[in-house]
Amino acid sequence: MKQPFDSLRLAAFAAWFMSCAAHADRLGVPASVSPAYQAECSSCHIAFPPGLLAAEDWKRVMATLQKHYGDNASLDEQTRRTIEDFLVANAGRSSRLSAGGGMAKAGALPRLTETAWFKRKHHEVSPADWSQPQVKSPSNCAACHTRAGQGSYREREIVMPGGRRWGD
Amino acid sequence: MKAAAIILLALAAPLAQAATPIELLTAYRAEAARSTPGYLPSAEAGRRLYHHRFGVSEQMPACASCHTDNPADAGRHAVTNKAIQPLAPVANAERFTDPAKVEKWFRRNCTEVVGRACSAAEKADFIAFVMGVR
Repeated sequence: MKQPFDSLRLAAFAAWFMSCAAHADRLGVPASVSPAYQAECSSCHIAFPPGLLAAEDWKRVMATLQKHYGDNASLDEQTRRTIEDFLVANAGRSSRLSAGGGMAKAGALPRLTETAWFKRKHHEVSPADWSQPQVKSPSNCAACHTRAGQGSYREREIVMPGGRRWGD
Repeated sequence: MKAAAIILLALAAPLAQAATPIELLTAYRAEAARSTPGYLPSAEAGRRLYHHRFGVSEQMPACASCHTDNPADAGRHAVTNKAIQPLAPVANAERFTDPAKVEKWFRRNCTEVVGRACSAAEKADFIAFVMGVR
């Protein structure tokens, strides 16, 4: 009986591993993107991939649009609800994508740049790169991810501030 | 026949909401005149509004903080650094052609930058100023 159990575990591990590997490909804005999300949320920043925050985090973001990270992003209620539904339906499901916990208690808004996933993905980026004037904020994905505006975050598309390719 | 009807509908739909900057200016002027009889839009008052440093928001003390000193130039969002298309119709024909969009941005930006809602007169002055930018 031992062997089937092990193969089951192996299969479960393989499925888990594949889901992690696939995550990078799913990063981006789903093809079924709500036009309201695309139109409203990409005026001041790129339309962030909804999978980068958990559903509860998105709900908090969408409940506080009058005070939106240093700007007023208020919307009419119908548009706000449409966008919230889209974000919740496509939110990240892993706890590594949740920005809740400590920040939620402090009353600060969740930031997708402070999730465990984001930090792990960017741990090789130097403080000097982050502090370049054209970067301005870690949420400025397009500062290095040259096709972030089109929802693509492939490693070969990365151009660091100053023009050097990632990995060079 | 059906195709022609669809094309007509497609053309008519955006037209239903489209406006010109002059039409928007006229509508705000009429609204302002209801509380201030004889009110006339002033591009000079609009210019002062545009450049005034309200200082309510640290990162966006004035309209010019994101839209630059010249509304005909492309700007940058003071928080995110995202490019902002020019505000002046002379440089960007889409500006001030969608009443709902204009109201949305006046609501957001007046609240954030001025610290309160803008009056109809201020909106008319503002449009008079940016329309006159060459």
